[in-house]
Amino acid sequence: MENLVDLHIHEALDLLKKKEISSVELTQSHLNEMEKAAFLNAYITPTPESALAQAAESDRRRAAGICGALEGIPIANKDLYCTKGIKTTAASKILSQFIPPYESTVSEKLKHAGTVMLGKLNTDQFAMGGSTMTSWFGVTKNPWTDETGAYSLVPGGSSGGSAAAVSAGLCMGATGTDTGGSIRQPASFCGVTGIKPTYGRCSRYGIVAFASSLDQAGPMARDVQDCALLLNNMAGFDPKDSTVSELPVPDFTAALTGDIRGKKIGIPAEYRSDNLNADVAAAWDKGIRLLKEAGAEIIDVSLPHTKYALPVYYIVACAEASSNLSRYDGVRYTTRVNGNTLDELYENTRTDGFGAEVIRRILLGTFVLSAGFYDAYYLRAQRVRRLIYNDFKQVFQTVDALLAPAAPTPALTYEAMKNMSPVDTYLGDVFTTPASLAGLPALSLPVTLSKTGLPIGLQIIGNHFDENTVFHVAAALETAANFNKRPHRVVKG
Amino acid sequence: MRYTIQGKTGLWELIVGLEVHCQIISKAKVFSGASTAFGAEQNTHVSFVDAAFPGMLPVLNEKCVEQCVKTGLGLNAKINKYSRFDRKNYFYADLPSGYQISQLYHPIVGEGFIEVTTDRGTRKIGVERLHLEQDAGKSIHDMSPSKSFIDLNRCGIGLMEIVSKPDIQAPEEAGEYLRQLRAIVRALGTCDGNMDEGSMRCDVNVSVRPVGEQTLRPRVEVKNVNSVRFVMQAIEIEAARQIELYESGQTFSQETRLFDADNLETRPMRSKENANDYRYFPDPDLPPVILTDEYIENIRKNLPELPEAKKKRYVDTLGLTPYDAGILTADSETSHYFETALKGQDAKKVANWVIGDLFALLNKSGKTILESPICPEHLGQLVGRIADNTISGKIAKDVFELMAQTGKSPDEIIAEKGLKQITDTGAIEQLIDDILAQNPDKVAEIKAGKDKLKGWFVGQVMRACQGKANPALLNELLNKKLS
Repeated sequence: MENLVDLHIHEALDLLKKKEISSVELTQSHLNEMEKAAFLNAYITPTPESALAQAAESDRRRAAGICGALEGIPIANKDLYCTKGIKTTAASKILSQFIPPYESTVSEKLKHAGTVMLGKLNTDQFAMGGSTMTSWFGVTKNPWTDETGAYSLVPGGSSGGSAAAVSAGLCMGATGTDTGGSIRQPASFCGVTGIKPTYGRCSRYGIVAFASSLDQAGPMARDVQDCALLLNNMAGFDPKDSTVSELPVPDFTAALTGDIRGKKIGIPAEYRSDNLNADVAAAWDKGIRLLKEAGAEIIDVSLPHTKYALPVYYIVACAEASSNLSRYDGVRYTTRVNGNTLDELYENTRTDGFGAEVIRRILLGTFVLSAGFYDAYYLRAQRVRRLIYNDFKQVFQTVDALLAPAAPTPALTYEAMKNMSPVDTYLGDVFTTPASLAGLPALSLPVTLSKTGLPIGLQIIGNHFDENTVFHVAAALETAANFNKRPHRVVKG
Repeated sequence: MRYTIQGKTGLWELIVGLEVHCQIISKAKVFSGASTAFGAEQNTHVSFVDAAFPGMLPVLNEKCVEQCVKTGLGLNAKINKYSRFDRKNYFYADLPSGYQISQLYHPIVGEGFIEVTTDRGTRKIGVERLHLEQDAGKSIHDMSPSKSFIDLNRCGIGLMEIVSKPDIQAPEEAGEYLRQLRAIVRALGTCDGNMDEGSMRCDVNVSVRPVGEQTLRPRVEVKNVNSVRFVMQAIEIEAARQIELYESGQTFSQETRLFDADNLETRPMRSKENANDYRYFPDPDLPPVILTDEYIENIRKNLPELPEAKKKRYVDTLGLTPYDAGILTADSETSHYFETALKGQDAKKVANWVIGDLFALLNKSGKTILESPICPEHLGQLVGRIADNTISGKIAKDVFELMAQTGKSPDEIIAEKGLKQITDTGAIEQLIDDILAQNPDKVAEIKAGKDKLKGWFVGQVMRACQGKANPALLNELLNKKLS
């Protein structure tokens, strides 16, 4: 039999059902692979013992005929999801000792569906970044190598640990969170599939907050069908989060018919500029061609306020973050560095506990909310956010979905990113932030390789709570692109 | 006539507004399911939401919304069908999330008023707004020289902040506004109005200006003024301080001061360099509150009778004096007691017993009316027994004492102690005859014109029957015998 870590979730479910493999075998294979690929630093906290115990439990359930929708599938959670009794750090020093006494709703639902958790995945600190380089636990390496065969590339972020782990066979699927592109961009960098559902589709309860009006949980996996399977078991109403929709959750796998004839696909003009990366432009053109060949109608559309999305995003996200992160103050469950006064305790604890990027964003957010600047920054940003939202609503009166690049470049090297200014790194979010601000579902899937052999993803953006159309179009594009490249196995055999 | 203060340079007038925080009566906190019970062991009523653990989210308690709407209607105020929550950001050890969820931009209740009656007449004091927010925890600094302690039991309890317009012109008016407000929230059951336990807290905004001046001068916010009496004192003291400053040629800018009840002064509270910028912004975790007309009407239909209406009814239909009616309607427990005792009895008499003897008894024993050893039904019975001549008013006082001691009903006590009044003419005549027979010399004196001795005979008869003879009957018969 082929290596179990190469299986997709739906394939593994078949084999489990036929009793050809057990969850313990499947889980053990992934644990072995995790050990071999430990140098990728995809996991902050692997949980092998509890994973094997859960797998054995799952096998017992299956034998007894009690099967969840994802019974026995080993997955992993971004370390932003609170997991009861298991350290949850948000990749920060300040939460490096935090063990939640509760479970996030989404990870609870996945547990309930029968999944086995392999551990907690690396991320940018408090999900702030696009490379995992801001993690207090060190960077994650992209399993894809540069032309010299060196692991010199970032996996993207913030869900970089999730993308790298799925790509390298260190879990079959993973949870991510997407605030301004944190699922879609790393999916593109690592050649995997990930969807940010509509804002309000998944509960945020128990997920360490970055920017409350933007944060959304979503799955990352090896194909569109696996993402649909995972999202089926993540989404839904939760009385513990007032921003979750009460809409029923459809079976997203039902949308994967493959037939997109007559579907209207919009191509937003504002996403194309003269200095668009040639590999990305070529991938986008390929995607357009493939959808056309599959029978879709391609329509040029305009989203005139796109250029404001990036600054609006950084104002809104930082404003909310500055307030959301106030609770990490050294008084209760965080690390603490004492001082002679309460203010000193705050200053010492937070200076020591937060990384530079987190501090930068707290300062930015504090600034845009402060007296005298609120109207010019925060209030104006909220107004422009509404215009961006209206742009999309307008366009979705004529098209079913939009096709656009997920990231402006293929994966960058650490060296390149280290030398970039913070603002230059923010530019990496230029294609993902508009859909985030509008709260729309958007799925990133790999379609081709760059000239240097790195995966490039495209995103399909749909209307609110219309993940079905997103999955529907994505599945057709996936089939047409037939992207079956994987990073070469980290350790052979 | 407007209230004025005589200064060295002339007459000054007062401009006062009150901000009152009322803890909402609700079993659970406003954004978490934790209990609101008062007096529990420290940090036992704290949810992960209250302690601001990572990933915890607020969920609005609908009961608190209902209580705000009720209170708004009681304040004759506009209920806003759209309201929203904002975060007020500041760091403090008893505020775990680093922000208080409040309503700055879109409060749930808009403008209303409270009618206030003082010696100067009746005036409408405007209510600017009522908004819903959460309370902070408690910091305890005096248990250790080097440490502070935090109790989060109070953290997250729902508060209504009720802001008056600067319509108040006199200290008494401020006191009466606060009394009225307390009576209203108590009657509605939306706040227990208990200022000692801090479930109702008051800040006072004070400014002064020379009579005739039209513009407003800087106001001073006086915090921690936690009784009706202190509110009136604080206003007088703060106004005098401001007038003295102005009259000595000084000016000052808007500031926050603390009322010191022990030294009867106001002290500066926080210095400028520490002034907080609260960075208010809409809370992204909470959707707006949208109320329907139907929801509001439903609450309106079920409102209990408010103190003002009740007071009016006591005066108009029960014939009480406005003063007595005011006392009996000050809180719903008292009016409930009164109305239970009233059943079929004379209102004025019942009112006298409640306000006089019962209040004296409660004051002496430090009990509230809910803890009264005499239940209202028994008090009503007592008034009835005087009315139907079973006992005299004088005996009734003794029966009342026994009721307080034993909790027994008047009828039981009257029967046990044989206190039933003697109204049988023959029996009283017999008593009189006995006494007259024993004291022929005194009878002679009366007959000789010493009328004063009649009182002595009444006393003797009463003593002989332990005070049970009907006094009117006794007098009548005695007069007849001696004439």
